Formats: sequence, structure tokens, C-alpha cells
Amino acid sequence: MFTPLQLARRLARRLAGLVATLVAASFVIFAAVYAAPGDPAVFLAGGRDKLTPERLAQVRAQYHLDEPLVVQYGRWLWDTVHLDLGRSFKYSDQVADLIAARLPTTLQLVAYATLLYVVLGVGAGILAAVKRSTWVDSAVVGGTTLAASVPSFVAAIALVSVFGVQLGWFPVTGAGDGFTGTLHHLTLPALSLALGALAIISRVTRQSMADAAASDHVEAARASGVPERDIVRRHVLRNALGPIVTMCGLVMAGMLAGTVVVETAFGISGIGSLLVNAINTHDFPVAQAVLLLMVTGYVVVTTLVDLAHPLLDPRVKEART
Amino acid sequence: MTAALTLAPVTGRRRPLSVTLAAALLALVVLAAVLAPLLAPHAPDAIDLSASLVGTGADHLLGTDSSGQDLLSRVLYGARSSLVAPVALLAVAAVLGVTLGVLAAWRGGWVDTLVSRLTDVMYAFPGLLFTVLIIAVFGAGMTTSVLALGLAFTPTIAKYTRSLALAETRKPYVDAYRVQGMGGTRICALHLVPNLGRSILGYLVVLFGEALMSLATLSYLGFGAQPPSSDWGLMVQEGQAAVVQGALLPALVPGTAIALVVVSFNVVGVWAADRLGKQD
Amino acid sequence: MLLSVNDLTVTVPGTARPLLDSVTLHVAEGEVVGLVGESGSGKSTTAKAALGLLPAHATTTGSVRVSGTDVLALTGEELRRHRSTTVAMIHQDPRAALNPVRRIGDFLTERGATKEEAAGLLAAVGLPDPARRLRQRPHELSGGMLQRVVIAGALAARPRLLLADEATSALDVTTQAEILTQLREARATQGAGLLFITHDLHLAAAYCDRVYVMYAGRVVEQRTAKALFTAPAHPYTRGLLSCSPTLGETRTLTPIPGRPPSLSDAFDGCPFVSRCGDAEDACGTWRPEPHGLEDGGEVACRRARASAGPPPVRRNEKEGASPK
Repeated sequence: MFTPLQLARRLARRLAGLVATLVAASFVIFAAVYAAPGDPAVFLAGGRDKLTPERLAQVRAQYHLDEPLVVQYGRWLWDTVHLDLGRSFKYSDQVADLIAARLPTTLQLVAYATLLYVVLGVGAGILAAVKRSTWVDSAVVGGTTLAASVPSFVAAIALVSVFGVQLGWFPVTGAGDGFTGTLHHLTLPALSLALGALAIISRVTRQSMADAAASDHVEAARASGVPERDIVRRHVLRNALGPIVTMCGLVMAGMLAGTVVVETAFGISGIGSLLVNAINTHDFPVAQAVLLLMVTGYVVVTTLVDLAHPLLDPRVKEART
Repeated sequence: MTAALTLAPVTGRRRPLSVTLAAALLALVVLAAVLAPLLAPHAPDAIDLSASLVGTGADHLLGTDSSGQDLLSRVLYGARSSLVAPVALLAVAAVLGVTLGVLAAWRGGWVDTLVSRLTDVMYAFPGLLFTVLIIAVFGAGMTTSVLALGLAFTPTIAKYTRSLALAETRKPYVDAYRVQGMGGTRICALHLVPNLGRSILGYLVVLFGEALMSLATLSYLGFGAQPPSSDWGLMVQEGQAAVVQGALLPALVPGTAIALVVVSFNVVGVWAADRLGKQD
Repeated sequence: MLLSVNDLTVTVPGTARPLLDSVTLHVAEGEVVGLVGESGSGKSTTAKAALGLLPAHATTTGSVRVSGTDVLALTGEELRRHRSTTVAMIHQDPRAALNPVRRIGDFLTERGATKEEAAGLLAAVGLPDPARRLRQRPHELSGGMLQRVVIAGALAARPRLLLADEATSALDVTTQAEILTQLREARATQGAGLLFITHDLHLAAAYCDRVYVMYAGRVVEQRTAKALFTAPAHPYTRGLLSCSPTLGETRTLTPIPGRPPSLSDAFDGCPFVSRCGDAEDACGTWRPEPHGLEDGGEVACRRARASAGPPPVRRNEKEGASPK
């Protein structure tokens, strides 16, 4: 049982941990410049090709490269927190604008994929748990083992081959316009992105429900003639919800990074493909900003999941009110 | 009475069919990689633009890609880098991870804290991002990819080794050697690590599928193997353009190869880890 | 007859002896019947058989009838209705029997009570402030309160037969007495039969009309509570009586030697022979079968049968139990 004071302490500790992790991660991302071979200014400017002295001076000024590392980091962090992410030397555009233009597409893709893996993954897990030790169970376990072993880019190619090229049901590239257009265009990408997650979620659901089904109160309910539907819904699934929700959240947190592959495979202009292009064109400021955004998203979502977990346990909620 | 309910029917130690099939497939792939020069009907990099995107046929059993390269030959040769690179990656991760894990468990105190904090920071980077950062800094290439992923896999192995080593340091033989005046480094190197060897090896088998998948993904993104390599991930990337034109084989053949090998490793890995766990 | 178990034998794979071996047991309408034995003796399995809740993969011979219905032949919806309306079980550990994340009210309504009835049921089992309890969750109630909730849940569907499996064993003596009284009263109001399962022979003899004693999956003795207490016929019953303390007595406690039989122990003859102070060589090969006593009870002991009536002469004074 938690008292409100313990909860507040827990919250404070988690938030402090969040900030510490973000500071450490952002420092690693920032200081990576100094690990690169050669002059950091040249590296940040995208290499020696077409490098003008003016541009070099611009880079030095923007990153305060003449000051001590800690001061540079501090100034960079200050700018970053104020959404001043610098200028891309390839696109000659504000990095913040580049990201802002692409972020909605990526978030739509992640949301769509999340919807898919939550519905299909939890559904398959429930099916396997209810039909435990039957061919349905074996089929789900076998199918998820396979799904977990297919890299998302291979899944993408396979889906495009079958549903895009052979059957012609879905477009094979781009993000589409309007709600139905977006849905139509993003279905195959979201499916590719969700496939591995779906496998994890269905396994967690199956296992968590199997654990919950072994409780005495489930047998007691069965001995009292409670209908099987109600037992599955109100006792087994309800009590298995904690691990399922946690895992869904953790998987969603990691999904932002997964867009790197799927957006590239489907030619979608989001922050994932922006990162890949930035690296291939040596546009480090953009890569740095996208990486920082993805890591921040990951850490924030995992912290939220961790904080939300006790809410599913009434023992904590009761103590609060 | 509850004891009777938990009594499972005795199943024995028979190996499931799926494990046998997976192991057989892996043996075939390893054999194909070793014998690639004998088995391949063409040179993997023989460009023949007149035979671009030819379907399956007598001359090209699995067809050709857009440059007219024979896909069967490329997949056979590609098995080499696709299998060797994950081994190299895991070797890097194992050396670093086992060293850090044993060090943390043996020294405890601030060393342990430092190692734990380091692994925590690396865990803050989801999936491929840590690797991508390193590649952003040092540039694309197979060596960079292997080293970067090796670093990315290190915390997992360090964490696993630390928990094993902690239990192992409490065993009486460690004190016995210490009483004899043997140094910590010697005890760890000559006795402790070899005793953990089997478990760590089993864990590496479990990680192999993921290692192969991660490397293939990097190659697919253009961060890993570079042309004219026949690495499977790179082959998928090169074949992707032809998919839209209706030629599916150039991307699907290497893609299937990746999926099959990863599935097999996962099936065998889980079974092996399970068995090792039971014997310990 | 309300509950009628006839010659029930239950076998599961992987064990040396059956869980239940030729168990015959009856509970009449309105009767309170005790079922006593050590853990592993088969008392819980017998009770669960009345619910059609036998272990998976079990093979069964014999019959279990509740109000004439063959319980072991019920399946699907019929079996569910039997469990929800005819028979109700009061579980050993109330904290485990209640879903920790659901409210007390949900537990009662799920078992057939309406919202209005639920509060009344809680009041009937002696829980103060029932309306508030309905909104609470199990962790907010004490063990004794939870046991009352579980009893209320069992009464909710107005069953014909109540099965109480060690229903008060985990509680302190005062609470135990209160709850037992409440259970007896509530049962009487509804006119239900009660099968009261316990390891405590003294409690069973004090609380029940009639008592069955089980050992290693068999019924070894069946007597009225009074007869059992004053003139136990089976050496195991005597052993149980003399190994537990009662108030105001100064006699020395004599534990039954040896250990309770496990499921991996097989027996050629009487299963109690290795622990019995009265055993003879012939007991090791004698298949136990019940033998009628003058007072209407039954006992499954070769020596008791041979001497027909009075307690048999003890072979070994030191190990033998002294009947009161």
C-alpha cells in the first residue's frame, strides 16, 4: 500500500531520474561531435566539400566552438530547450522547421501502428490464452515466433510485394492526403512497424493471462458457476492488465526509433527517413536533433508508463483518494 | 491434493521437431556459406545487363537482379558476411560485456555503480539509435556497424554476466583460491569466467538472431555493408526498386534468407537456453 | 438425499494410489455433516466432486448425485448452472478466493445477488456497515471480515448444499466461533445442507450432526458426532482425538507416529497399518471395507470388525492411543 506522501516521493524520484537520464543522453549526443575524426567545425558543417570560410565561421559561432566544452554544451542545451535547433547546412533551413514539417506524419504512423499492435496483439494473446493447449494456441505461438524473427524492412518488402504489387490493394510509397488517403497509404507501413511489436504483446498477454488464470479466485469463481465469458473478462484479463499495458507502453516508446527503417522502406517523409538522409548526407545538426528528439520521446514515454502502472492497481488508487 | 494437480505428464527430454528442422536448416546455411565457391553457378558480382531481372530458369535458378547478377550465387556468398558479421559483433560485445560484468560483480562498490549507470544511459537509447549515433559520427561501413552494434549489445551481456558472476563469487571455491593467495584477476580469468562460459555461450546463441537482424537492418539502411558486397540486407535494399516494377525475387530472396535464419536461431536459441537453464 | 456420493474412486495419472478410493458419503436436507482428515486425505477432492470440479485428466468411477442429479455427467451450461444455483463452496483462504482488484459488491452480484440483496447478505453474516463494505476492495478488510464476505457470497444464490472447506481454520478462536454460529444460522434459515470440512476432529464433533473421517483417500469411519467423540472405533480416529489438546484436560498428548501418506505411497492392505498401534500382520493385506456398527455408524478397520463393537485391545501400550 502507498500513502500519498510515498506516491509524491516516488513521483519526484522518477522525475529526477528522467532529468538525469536526459542530461546524460543529450551530453552523449552533443559530445559525439568531438569523437568524430578531424575538426568538429568541419564535421558539423558537413565535411570539406564546398566548405567556405564564412560557413566555417558561422558554425563556430553557432556552436560556440571556441569556448570550453561544458559551456558549449550548456549553450546548446539552452538553445535546444527553446526549440532553437540550429540550421541544417544541407537543406539550408531551420532544423526545428524540418522536424516540425515531418513530425506529424511520423506520429500518425506510430499511432496507427500502436492501434494495430494493441488490438491485434492483445486479441491474439487472449485467443491463445483462452484456447490454451489447442491448435489455436500453437498457431498463435508459432505465428508470433515467426513475426518476431522478421526484420521490419523484410516485412515491408513482403507486404509491398503481396498487397501493393500483386494485389494492388495499397499504394507502395508516400504518406497520402486527407484522413482516408493517409489511412490507405500508412496501412502497410504501420503493419510492418507493428509486426514485431504484435508478437511481443501477444506473448505478454498470453503469459500474463495464464498467470492470472492460475489464481485461486479464478477457480473460486468457476466453482461458483460464474459464466466463462465473465471469468475471462473480469477476472483473468482484468488482473492481467498491468503487464500488458506496461509492455504496450514500452513498445510504443521504442516505436519512434522503428520509424527509421519503415519510413525508409516506404519512402515516407517523416523524421525517421530524415535521420537516415541526414546521416547519408553528413548533415550532423539534423541527425543530432532527431536523435535527441527520439531519445527524449523514448525516455518520457517509459517514465510515464512506469508512473501509470500503479494506477491499474486499486490498492494504490484507493490510498490516494 | 494440489500436488496431484500440478503433476504434469512425463514428457521426457525429446527434442521438438521444430528445433531439429531449425538446426538442420542452420547447418545447411553454414555449409552453403563455406562451399559457396563450389555451389554458386555464377560469380556473385558478375554483371550482365542483358540478363537484367530474369525470372527463375535453368541458367538462373532464383533469377537475377537489375544488374543481371545471379541471385542464387549472391545469396550463397552473402551467407558468409551475413553469418560472420554477427559472430564478430557478439565477440566484441562478449569481451566487453563479460569484462564489465565480472568487474562490477567482483569489485562491487563504486565500480559496480559506475558500470550500472553506464549501462542505464545506454538503455536510454532505444533499439538502433545508439548505433545510428556512432555511424553518424564515424561514417557508414561494415566495421563501424559491427563495432557500434557490439557496443550496443554490451550492456545486455554485462548485466547478464554481472548477475551470474555475483552468484558465482559466493561459491566456496573462490574463497579457497583466495586463501591460497591467488589474485583476483587470476581467479576470475582462470576459474570464474570459464565456469560461467556455458551459460554465457547459451545467452549468445539467443542473441544471435537479434544480432543478425540488426546488422541486416543497418546494411539495408546503407549504414553497413557497401556495394558490391552480397550482404543480404544490402541485397534487399538494392532489390527494392525492382519490386515496384513487379520483379519480386531480387528483394524477396535475400529477405526470406534473413527471416529463415533468424527464425531458426531463435527456435534453437530458446531451446538451448531452456536446456542449459535446466542443467544448471 | 441431498448429496449422495457412492463408491467414488478418482485416479489421476502419475500417482501411486487414487486420490479417492471407494468413497461413500451422504448429506441429508438440512443436515450438518463433518468431513475430517489430514491434508492429502481427500476431503477437499470429495467436496469438489460435488461441484463437478475434479482434476483435469482424472478417471472416475462411482457416482456423485446432488438432489438426484448426476453431477459427473453434467457439462457446459448445465454444469455452470449447477455450480451457480445448487451447490456453493466456502473457500479455505478468503483472501485468495476474492479477486483483489474488484469490489466486494461485484463478488456478491456475480454470485447471483441483486445490489439490494448484497447489503442484506453482508448484514446477515454479521458485517457492520454493509453499504460501505460493498464499495470496498478485499485489501481493506480483515481476514475475519473477508471470511464473512465469502460466506455471504456462498449464500447469495440460496444453494441447497453448502461446502465449507476449512472455512475458519485461518482465523483466531473468537472470530472462528462467531463465524461458525453465523454460518449455522444462515444455513438453517435457508434450509441448506452443510458439508463441513476440517482437520480439527474436536471442532467437527462439536459442530456437526454426523462426521466422516478420511485417511489416504478413504472414509475410515462414519459416526454421529456424539458417538465419534465418546467411542471412536477406528484407531486413526482415536489417534486424532488424542493428539490435539482440549481445554481443561491434563492428559499427555500422543502424536500419531509416522507421517501422513503421500500420493506416491501405494497400499496393498489397510493404508493406516504402518502407523497403527493395533495393527496385526493380516492388516497389511486386508482390503479395507466399511463395516456397520450397532449405533448406525460405519468403520473400516479389520480389528474393529473382528471384535465387532467394543474398541479393540491395543497391541502396544506406548504407541497406541488411549480412547476417552
